[in-house]
Amino acid sequence: MTDRDRIVVVGGGHNGLVCAATLARAGREVVVLEAAAQIGGASVTREFAKGFKVSGCAHLSYLLDAGIARELKLASHGLKWARSGMKTVALAAAGDHLVLDGGKLESGTLSESDRTALVAYHAQMLRFARVLAKQHNRRPPRLGGGGRSDLIGAGMLGLDIRLLGRESMREFLRIAGINIYDVLEEKFDSPLLKGALALDAVLGTNLGPRSNNSVLALLHRLSGQALGNNGPSIPEGGMGAVSEAMAAAARTAGATIRTGSPVARITLDGDHVAGVELESGEKIAAGTVVSNADPARTLLSLLGARHLETGFVHHVRHFRTKGMAAKLHLAFDALPAFARLPAELAGERLVIAPDLVHLEHAFDHAKYGQCSPDPALEITVPSVHDKTLAPAGKHVLSAIVLYAPHDPRASGDGPRRELLERTLGVLERHAPGLRRQIVASELLLPADLEREFRITGGHWHHGELALDQFMMMRPVPGAAQYAMPVGGLFLCGAGCHPGGGVMGSAGRNAANAVLATERSA
Amino acid sequence: MSIKDAMNRKDHFRRAVWETPFHPRTSALNTLNEWHRWKDYTTADAYFDEALEYAAIRNACAVFDLTPMTKHLITGPDALPFLNRLVTRDVAKIKPGKVGYCVWCDDNGQVIDDGTIFHLREGVYRLCSQERQLDWLTRSGVGFDVTIVEDTHDVAALALQGPTSCAVLKAIGCTGAEKLKPFDIAYFPFAGSELMISRTGFTGDLGYELWIDPERALDLWDALFDKGRIHGIRPMGTHALEVARIEAGFIQAQVDFHPADQAIMLDRSRSPFELDLGRLVDFSKPVFNGRRALLQEKKNGSRFRFVKLDVEGNKPARSAYIYDKNKNVVGTVTSAEWSPSAKANIAYASMHMPWGRPGDELWAEIYYQRELKWSRVMARCRVVEGAFWDPPRKRATPAADF
Amino acid sequence: MAKYDAIVVGAGHNGLTNAAYLARSGLKVLVVERNPWIGGAAVSREIEKGWIYSNCSYVCSLLRPELFRDLELARHGLQIVPYGGGVSITSNGDILGNYTDEQVQRREFARHNPRDADAYHRYSTDVMRQCKFIRPLLLRTPPDPTSLKPRDLREMIFLGRELNKFGEQFIYDTLRFYSMSIADFLNEYFESDVVKCHLSGSGIIGSAMGVYSPGTAYVLLHHYMGDVDGSIGAWGFARGGMGAVSKAIASAFKSFGGEIVTDASVERVIVKSGRVAGVATESGTEYHADIVVSNLDPRRTFTKIFDPRDLPPAIVEKAHNWKIRGSSGKLNIALDGLPEFPALGKDNPLAYGDMHFLDSLEKMERAYDDWKNGSWSKEPYLDLLIPSMTDPTMAPPGKHFMSVFVQYVPPKIHGRDWTDADRDGFKNTVLDQIGRYSPNFKSLVRHVECRTPRELENEVGLTEGNIFQGELTMDQLLFNRPFPGYAQYRGPVKGFYMCGSGTHPGGGVMSAPGANAAREILMDLRRPNIVPAGWRDD
Repeated sequence: MTDRDRIVVVGGGHNGLVCAATLARAGREVVVLEAAAQIGGASVTREFAKGFKVSGCAHLSYLLDAGIARELKLASHGLKWARSGMKTVALAAAGDHLVLDGGKLESGTLSESDRTALVAYHAQMLRFARVLAKQHNRRPPRLGGGGRSDLIGAGMLGLDIRLLGRESMREFLRIAGINIYDVLEEKFDSPLLKGALALDAVLGTNLGPRSNNSVLALLHRLSGQALGNNGPSIPEGGMGAVSEAMAAAARTAGATIRTGSPVARITLDGDHVAGVELESGEKIAAGTVVSNADPARTLLSLLGARHLETGFVHHVRHFRTKGMAAKLHLAFDALPAFARLPAELAGERLVIAPDLVHLEHAFDHAKYGQCSPDPALEITVPSVHDKTLAPAGKHVLSAIVLYAPHDPRASGDGPRRELLERTLGVLERHAPGLRRQIVASELLLPADLEREFRITGGHWHHGELALDQFMMMRPVPGAAQYAMPVGGLFLCGAGCHPGGGVMGSAGRNAANAVLATERSA
Repeated sequence: MSIKDAMNRKDHFRRAVWETPFHPRTSALNTLNEWHRWKDYTTADAYFDEALEYAAIRNACAVFDLTPMTKHLITGPDALPFLNRLVTRDVAKIKPGKVGYCVWCDDNGQVIDDGTIFHLREGVYRLCSQERQLDWLTRSGVGFDVTIVEDTHDVAALALQGPTSCAVLKAIGCTGAEKLKPFDIAYFPFAGSELMISRTGFTGDLGYELWIDPERALDLWDALFDKGRIHGIRPMGTHALEVARIEAGFIQAQVDFHPADQAIMLDRSRSPFELDLGRLVDFSKPVFNGRRALLQEKKNGSRFRFVKLDVEGNKPARSAYIYDKNKNVVGTVTSAEWSPSAKANIAYASMHMPWGRPGDELWAEIYYQRELKWSRVMARCRVVEGAFWDPPRKRATPAADF
Repeated sequence: MAKYDAIVVGAGHNGLTNAAYLARSGLKVLVVERNPWIGGAAVSREIEKGWIYSNCSYVCSLLRPELFRDLELARHGLQIVPYGGGVSITSNGDILGNYTDEQVQRREFARHNPRDADAYHRYSTDVMRQCKFIRPLLLRTPPDPTSLKPRDLREMIFLGRELNKFGEQFIYDTLRFYSMSIADFLNEYFESDVVKCHLSGSGIIGSAMGVYSPGTAYVLLHHYMGDVDGSIGAWGFARGGMGAVSKAIASAFKSFGGEIVTDASVERVIVKSGRVAGVATESGTEYHADIVVSNLDPRRTFTKIFDPRDLPPAIVEKAHNWKIRGSSGKLNIALDGLPEFPALGKDNPLAYGDMHFLDSLEKMERAYDDWKNGSWSKEPYLDLLIPSMTDPTMAPPGKHFMSVFVQYVPPKIHGRDWTDADRDGFKNTVLDQIGRYSPNFKSLVRHVECRTPRELENEVGLTEGNIFQGELTMDQLLFNRPFPGYAQYRGPVKGFYMCGSGTHPGGGVMSAPGANAAREILMDLRRPNIVPAGWRDD
C-alpha cells in the first residue's frame, strides 16, 4: 500500500471508532489518532476520584444504532449492559414522584386525562421519531443542486413522512418545528409531568422549553428508541465500555489506534489532503483524512480557513456550538437516599425539573450567559447496577446540569464553585443529608468539556441540533454529505448528520462516503 | 474637518451627496453643470462638450476625477496569501511597485467584482473596486493575519489619460515619469507631499492615475492645468470616458455584469469565463474563492459567453437583444457606443452558449428615435476579438511626448 | 328574515374584501358587524375631538396593490402616503436612522460599524430574495402537501419550481430563514449591537416571541414583504388613518350592491343537516344564506360562534390549541404640539417614521422575559409614530397624533385579568420611556387611549388581542394556517369559509386572505374567478 491509500481518522470518539472499524472491515489501512490518553472522546469512563469511576460526559445510551452494534459485534467485543430500559423518575421535592416507563405511569399521581394523554403522546412521539430514525443511516440528500441519488434521497424522506398517514403527517409537519412547551401545554395538566417531559427536549441544547426546535431535539433523542432500542441504558463499566468495544472491533478489523497523539494540523498537497502532523511534530501521510473532531475545530483550526473558500468558512463559523450543560460527578460512601423514593428506584433515571416555568426560568439566565440559579438535573446512580464503578458499598452519581452556558472568558474556580453549590443545594432539597455522604465531587463546565474533549464550545452534540443545522444542513449547507470541499477530507462526528448522541451512525455514514468517493474516483 | 470626519457625524444626512477635494475646480469648469452620483460623491458627466472631451483623451490629454472609486488598504504578514485566496489570478506575480487587474468570485465561481491590486510597497496592497467590499474582504480575512481598511476618502485620485499625458507629468516635475512601464507605480515629491503615479487607466491609451493626499488635491489640479495648457489638457466627464472604456475593451460592474453578491436570481451572475476573463483564472493555485466551481465549469461548460461585436450601421445597439438567424434571442447587449476612433459601431454582449463564436450569424435589434419617430432596425453583427482601440503608444516605454 | 347568497361575519378589512369580491361576482352579500363602526383592526375613530386615531393598526405596506387597483380603492377615497424615516435612539443619545437614500443609509450604518454598512447590502439582498419568493404566493391558495389532487400537486410543483429558480443555496437559506431566531440570523451579518437591535424590531412586532426565539426571522420577513409603489419593504400611512382602508373597501363593496349591518353581534352560525344556513345575532335576528364566511380569528370562530355539536371535535381542539397570544398593546396619544427628541436635533426627517428606543438585543429579550413572567415589559419595545407629521387630517394644525405600539403586553397579569390600575401602570411605563427621550413630551399629552390585550379583545374581537389573529410561526403558516387540512379557506362545515388573518398569508392589513377566500368560494359555486392573480416580481 502507498501513503495515499492510508486513511487517518482524527479523534477516537465513538464515531471515529465506528468509522475506523467500518473502513478497516472494508480492507483499508486505517490509523486512528486520539489526543487523550484513552479512546472514547465524550463516550468515556473517567476515574474522578480514587476508586470512583463514572461516564465522563455522555452518561446514558439512548441512540446506539443496533445495526452498527451487530455489524461490529460489539457484544463479542465485550459490551454488556448493566441496565437497559431505565425508567424515568420525575422527582418532586414534596415526595410525590412520578415513575414513568415510556408512556406508562408506574406510580405517582396523575389525572386520568393526563395518563391517557401520556400513552398517546409517547406513542405519537415515537412514531414521529421513527421518521428521523429512518434517516440515520442515510446520506442526507442535497436539495436543488444534487444528482439523481439526491432526488431519490429527498423522495425517500418525503415518503417516510407521507407514510405516517395523512393526519399524522399533518401533525408531524405542524409540530416538528415548534417548541415542547406548546405541545405539552396542549396535552397535559400535571406540572411535574410536563417538567420531566420537557427536560428530555432541552437536555444538552441551547433551548428552553418555549424555544422552537425543542420538539425536534426531543424527536432526535427518541429516535434510538423508535428503532427498537430499549430506552436509556447503562453499559457495564460506563460509557467508555461502548468505545472500548468499538475500538476492539476496529483493531480486530486491522485498524491501528494510537492514543496520546494529538493532531496539530491536517496537511495538504495542493488541493488534496496529504496527511496529518501531530503536535509532537510527527507527520503521518494519508490520502484520506476523516475527522471526528467538531466541524469548527476540523476546518478552522486543524485545516485552516485559508484553505477553504470564504462563503464556506462563513457558514462554518456560524455553526452554533455553544455548550449549555455541565456535568456533575459525586462519590458517596453509601447509597444516597432521595426523599420518599424507594431504594430500588434509586438506580433509575432521575430528573429534577419541577415544571415548565422552572425550566424556562433556568434557561432565561443562560440566555444572558449566567448559570441557572436553580438548575434542572438528569441524574443517574450507575453504581446501583454496575459494581465496577465504585468500591463495594460505595456509590457514584452522575448528573447533567442545566443550564451552564459556555463562557470562554470565565476564569478561576469561582463560577464552578458557585454552580456546584447551587446544584448540591437542589440535590439536598430532594435528598436531605446527601451532602454529608459526599466523599468526592467534580463539576465539569462546558469550558472544561471544551478543554478535555477538544469540542468547540463544549457542546455535547458538536453543535446545536436545530432545523437550520439539521440533516442536509448539518454542519453547513452544501457540506452535509461528509465530504468536505478539500479533496480527501471527511467529517465523521456528531457535527454531521444525524447529530449528537452515542449512535455511531455519523461514523458509519462517513465511512460509506469515503468508500463511495473511492469508487467514483 | 475632513470629509471622513464630517460623514461620521450624526448630522451627516443633511448632505446626501458630497464633493470631492477637486470640486472647487471641477465645478468651476463644468459649464454644462451635468453631474451624477458616484457612491458618496457627485461626479461630472460632462464639462463642456462630450465629443471634444473624448477627442482630448485620444488626441491630447484629459483629466478625470476618480476619487469616489472604492479603495481598500490591505496590510499584514498574510496580505499576499489573503489576496491570493481572494482573487482568481496569482497575486505573487504582482511585484512591489506593480499593479494588476483582477476579479474575485464567490464560492460558486461567480464574479463579485473586478478591480486593480496596487502593490504599493513590499507587503502593502491597495485594492480598488467598483463596489464596496469591506464585508466580503473582512469575511475573507478569517484565518489570515491581515488588516483591511477602507480608505476611499483618504486618497484623492485623478486619471490623466491621452498621448500628451506623460509630457504633462514631466512638466509638473515628475522627472522620469516616461520610464514607467504599463502597470508600474512610482512616487514623486509634490507640494511637500508624495504623489503616487501609476501607469494605469480605463481608456486604452497612454495614461496615468495620480494618487495624492486630499489636502494637496487642488495643488495637483492647478499644476496639471497650468503646465498642461500647452499640451491640450482638458477635463473629462463620465460620458467621454464611457466611449473610451468600451473602445479599450474594459468591462464594468453593474453594466456588463451584475455583482454575484447582489444577485437575487440564480442566472443573473457570471463567472470569469463567462466574462471572457479566463486569462485571469490560475488553477495552479491550490485554493481561491470559486476554484472548485470554476474547475467544474471548465469541465461541464459555461452558460454564457461574453463577446465584442461590430454592429452594422451607425446606430448604437444599446440594450439590444441579439438574435440568431432563426430569430431566436441568443443574447443581450450590455454596453454599446459609436467608436469615433475606430469608426465602428461597437458593442459588448452576453450570449447564451454556444452562440457568439466568430463567424456566427447574429443580429441586433436596435430601436432609435429621430424627430420623435421610433424606428427599428435589425443589424448584422460580427464577433470581433481584441480591443477596438489599441494604439502602440499605450505600451511604448519610454512614453512619448505626444 | 332576509335570505342572502353569502354572509360575512365581521367587517374587518379582510371580511370587506371578501364580501366585495363575492358581491362583484353578482352574489347578494351581507356583512354583519358587532361594533357600531366597521373596520375591525383597520379603523380610525375620533376619540378626542379634532383628533383621528388609527386605533389599532397604524401603518400600511402589505395591502396588495393588485387588489387596491382591482377594487378601484382610489376612486373610493383611499390614498397611501409613504413616510420614510424611522430611527432607533439609544440611551446614550446616539441614533441609527433609516434613510431612504442608499448612500446616506450606508454612511449611517458606517458610523456604527463600517463593515456592517457593507454587510447591510448582503442582508438586503438575502431578505429581498426571500421577499421575491414569497410575494407571488400571497395571492395563491396554499397546497395541501398530503393531497394528491391535481390542483394541490400543481401548486406543489409550482412551489418547487419557484424555489429552484433561486438555486440550491436559497433552499437552505429559506429553511434557515423560517426557523432561526432573528438574533442568530442577524449575527450572520452584523457586529454592532445597535445595528442588530435596530433591525430586529420587525422580528418581534405582534409576536409572543423574543429576539432570541427561533422563528422570529420569519416575522421580520412578514414585515418586509409589502411595498409602497414597488418599493419593497417600504411602509406608508393611509391618509385619514387606517380606517380609510376599511372605508374604501366598504365603499367598493356597497357599490357592488352589498349590505352592511352594524351593531349586530353574531351569536351563532346556523347549521342545518350538516351545512350552514345563516347566522343568528345576539338580539335574535336571523340572516339566512348558504354561505357563511368568518372574518374572526380561528379560536373565536370555532369556540364562540358555533354550537360545538355542529363541529368535528378535532376542530374544537385545534381551535383551543391555536396559538393566538396577546403580546402587544397600543397607546394613542393626542398631543398639543410636536415633541422634541434632542438626540435627533432640529428638523430631522427621521422623525417622520417609526421611532424606537433601543440599546441591545439583551434588553429586548428581557422585555420578552417580563411578558413570559406575566407582566408588561418594564423596558418595552416601542414602535412610535407621529402620523400627523405626514397626514394633515389626523390632528388640528400644530397639534399632533402619536401612535405607540408596545411590545410586550400579556393577555393576563400574573394569571389574572387586567384591572384599570394595571392599565394605568402600563400606560405610565410607556409614557415614562418616551419622556426619557423627549423632555417636553409629557407636557404636551392631552389625551391617551390606552389599549391592552383586554381592550383589543373586547373592542376588536381579536382573541387575547393578537394582532395577527394567530402567531406567525411555522406551525401556523402556509398549509398549516389556520389548521393543517383547513388551509384552503374552507371550514369543517359545508358552506362555511374563513377569510381572516388567521388564514394564509396571515396578518397585517393585506386583504389577501379575504380575496383568496373569495376565489375559493367562487370556485365552489362554479362561478368565474374574478379575483386578480398576483403580479410576478423579478
